[in-house]
Amino acid sequence: MIAFNRYYNKFNILSISLVVISLLFLIFKGLNFGIDFKGGTLIELRSTDSKINVSSLRDKLNQMNLGDVSVKKFGNETDFLIKFEVDNNKNIIEEIKQNFDKSYGNNFDFRRVENVGPKVSAELLRSGVIAISVALALMLIYIWIRFEWQFSLGAILALFHDVIVTLGLFSLLGLEINLSIIAAVLTIVGYSMNDTVVIFDRVRENLRKYSDIKIFDLTNISINETLSRTLITSITTLLALLSIFFFGGEVLKGFSLAMIFGVIFGTYSSIYIANTVLVRLRVSQKTILKDEEKN
Amino acid sequence: MLYFSKLRIIFITLISLFFVLIASSNIFKFSNEVLDKKINLGLDLQGGSYLLLEIDNSPVIEQKLQNLTITIKNYFKDKKIKIKNIKLIDQNLKFSVDDKFRQTILETFRDKESNLNPYYPRFKSHQLNITEEEGGFIVNYSKQGIVELKTSSQDQALEIVRRRIDEIGTNEPNILKRGNDRILVELPGLDDPMRIKSLLGKTANLTFRFVTNNSEDSFGAEKLKYEDTSEESIVSKRIILSGDNLLDAQPRMNSETNETVVSFTLDRVGAKRFGKATSANIGKQLAIVLDGKIISAPVIRDTIASGSGQISGGFTFQSATDLALLLRSGALPAPLNIIEERTVGPDLGQDSINAGMIALIIGFALVILFILIRYKIFGLITNIALIINLFILIGVLTIFEATLTLPGIAGIILTVGMAVDANVLIFERIKEELKNEKNNLIAFDSGYTKSKTAIIDANITTLLAAIILFFMGSGPIKGFSLTLGVGIFTTLFSVYFIARLLTVLYVSRNKDKERLI
Repeated sequence: MIAFNRYYNKFNILSISLVVISLLFLIFKGLNFGIDFKGGTLIELRSTDSKINVSSLRDKLNQMNLGDVSVKKFGNETDFLIKFEVDNNKNIIEEIKQNFDKSYGNNFDFRRVENVGPKVSAELLRSGVIAISVALALMLIYIWIRFEWQFSLGAILALFHDVIVTLGLFSLLGLEINLSIIAAVLTIVGYSMNDTVVIFDRVRENLRKYSDIKIFDLTNISINETLSRTLITSITTLLALLSIFFFGGEVLKGFSLAMIFGVIFGTYSSIYIANTVLVRLRVSQKTILKDEEKN
Repeated sequence: MLYFSKLRIIFITLISLFFVLIASSNIFKFSNEVLDKKINLGLDLQGGSYLLLEIDNSPVIEQKLQNLTITIKNYFKDKKIKIKNIKLIDQNLKFSVDDKFRQTILETFRDKESNLNPYYPRFKSHQLNITEEEGGFIVNYSKQGIVELKTSSQDQALEIVRRRIDEIGTNEPNILKRGNDRILVELPGLDDPMRIKSLLGKTANLTFRFVTNNSEDSFGAEKLKYEDTSEESIVSKRIILSGDNLLDAQPRMNSETNETVVSFTLDRVGAKRFGKATSANIGKQLAIVLDGKIISAPVIRDTIASGSGQISGGFTFQSATDLALLLRSGALPAPLNIIEERTVGPDLGQDSINAGMIALIIGFALVILFILIRYKIFGLITNIALIINLFILIGVLTIFEATLTLPGIAGIILTVGMAVDANVLIFERIKEELKNEKNNLIAFDSGYTKSKTAIIDANITTLLAAIILFFMGSGPIKGFSLTLGVGIFTTLFSVYFIARLLTVLYVSRNKDKERLI
C-alpha cells in the first residue's frame, strides 16, 4: 500500500501555490483569447510555392493597414495562419486575395476563413463563461444530493483547482483560448468529477465498514483500493487524447492539450485535494450515519 | 447479476447486429430505405460556409416613423386638429398641438380600438408610446412595437435570403432564424462565399426617379453618387417605379451596342405608370437608383408602353447576372450585416476527416492493446464490447442522421478512452472480491453489484457536462457534446449487456479455475 496520506500537507501547499500562481497569471498576464472571443479575422493559407515565408507575408499584410497582424506557420512548412482584429472592412478577404495574387502569383489556397464580429465574440465569451458556471453548479447540486456536504466541498474544490490550474497553464504558455477550449474545460469538469466520485464512493463504503479507522488512514486505504482503476482509466483516456494530439490535425491540438492537462490535474486532485478536504473536516462514520438516519 | 435468459441473449445479439448493420451503411450502399442512412458531415468536415447575418432595423424604424408623420397629420386633420412642428429626432417623433387638443391627442393614442396606434392585447401594450413633454408630445415605438417590427422584418428578410440563395443553386442550404433580428445561413460544399456574401450584403432597393436640376422639387430631392464614378446628380425623391413592380429580370446582350444589360418586365400597374411617366417626360433623364447609388440615368427618347425595358450601366456578364438575380428575388426590408463567418475549404475538410480517422484508429488500437495486455481474456471481452460500442455509437448517430464534426470525432475517440472505465471498475472490484471469496461466481456477481453506484455516478457527471455543452455550444462543439453524450449510453449498454454476457459465458465454463482474472 502506498502511503499517499503522508504527503497530504505537502501537496496541499503545492496545490494552493499552483492555484495562487495560476490566478496571478490569469489576472496579470490574462488569457490569449482567439478570434472567437476577441473578434477579428483568421485565415488559414496553403501556398504551393515553398519560397513564400512568414516574414514576407507579414510585410505584405502590414502594408494593408490591418492593425495588429499575426502570421504563423500552421502545421507544416507551406501552411500559414493569419490573424488580425480589423473588422470594419467587409471585403477584406477579397482584398487580401487580390493583393497576394498580385505579389505572389496565384499560389494560394484559402483553406479556412473565420470572421467574428465584436458583438458575436462578446456573446460567445459570455455564453462560454455561463456554460462553465452552470456546469460547476450542476455538479455541485448533483454531488450534494448524492453525498454529504463535506464530500461536495471536497469535490468542488478539486474541480475549481483543475479548471483554474489548466487555465493558468494556458495563460503561462500563451496558448489560445477558443470555443473548443471551453468544450475541453467542460469535459475536464466531467472527468475530474468522475474520478473524485469513484474514490468518494469507496471512502463512504469504507466508512460504513470500519468504525475504528481514522479518516486520515481510511482515505489512504480507499485511494489505494481504487488506485489501479484510477491509473488504468487515466492511461486509456490519455492514450486516446495523445492520439488526437499527435494525429488529429492542427485544429484539435489546443483542445486535446487542454484535455491532457485536465486529465492529469483531475487525477491528481481527486487524490490530493478531494480527500484531504475530508480529512480536514474530520469526516467520520457519524457523518454519513447521521445523514442516512435523516433520510 | 450473472444470469441471462436465452431470450435476453438473442435480444442483445439482435440489437448489436442491427447497429453494426446501420453503422456500415455509411460505407456500403443499401437499397433498403431504412438502412440507407448516413451521418451528415459538419461544415468543418465537408467544407462550406457558415454565415450569421444581423438585420439592421434602424432604417426601417426611421422609415416607418417618417411615414407616420404624414399619417398622423392626415388622421388629425380629419378631426380638425392641426399638428404643428412635427419632426423626427433619433427615432423619436416630436410634435405639438394647441393646448385645448392635448387631451384628445393622448386619448386617441391610448385608445385600444384605434387604428392609428394598434393595441396588442396579448402583450398589454400599444405599438407606440406617447409621452407628454414641455410644449408637446414625443411618440416612439414601444418595446413590443419594436419586437413586432423586428419579427416582421426578420420574416421578410428570411424569405428574400432564401430566394437569393435558391437562385444561386447551392445544395441543401440551411437557413434559420436566430433571435428576432438574426438569420443563420449554412451552405455546405460552398468553396468561395464571396459571391453569396456580396449578394446577401445588398439590400437591392431599386427605384426609378427623375433627375431634376431644381433642388426645390415639391417632393424633395437629394444628391446621389453614380455607382462607378464620383459624379453626382440631383434626383427627385418622387418614386416613379420601384423594384416591387418588377415581374422578371434577366441579363441580356444588347445586339446594337454590344453591351451587357439587364432587361426587365413590369407588372400591369408598373407598366401603366411607366408608360404615363415616360410619355409626359420625353427628353428628361430617368435615374435608375439601386441602394442609394445611380446605376445609370438614360434620357427618355420615347414613350415606353410595352412594360419592359433595359438597364445598362457598364455591366460585366457576371454583374448583370447578379443584378438580375437580386431584382428577381426582391429587396430586403433592411440592410443585412454579416456578423460571423466561418468558411472551410473542401480540401481542409478532407484533411480533417483523414486526420480524425487516423487519430481514431491509432487511439483505438492503443487502448485495445493496453487493455488486452492488462486483462488478457477479460481484456479481449472488454475489447469486443468496445468495438461493438463503437459500432452502436456510429449506428445511433446514423439513425438520427446526426451531424458529425471534427470535435465530434474527438468525442468518439474520447468515448473510446473513457468507455473502458466502467469495465475497469468492475474487473478491479472483482479482483478485490476474489481476495476474500473463493467462489468465482459469487465474487464476479458481487463485483458487478458493488461497482454499480460508482459507475452510474461517474457517467452522470460526464453526461451533465455533455448536456450543458449541447445547449450552450454551437456548430462543431455541439457535435462533440452529441457524440460524448450518446457515447455514455452506448457504453453503458455495451458494458452491462455485451461485456457482462461474454463474461458470464466465460466464467460459467471456467468457474473452478483459480486466479481467473
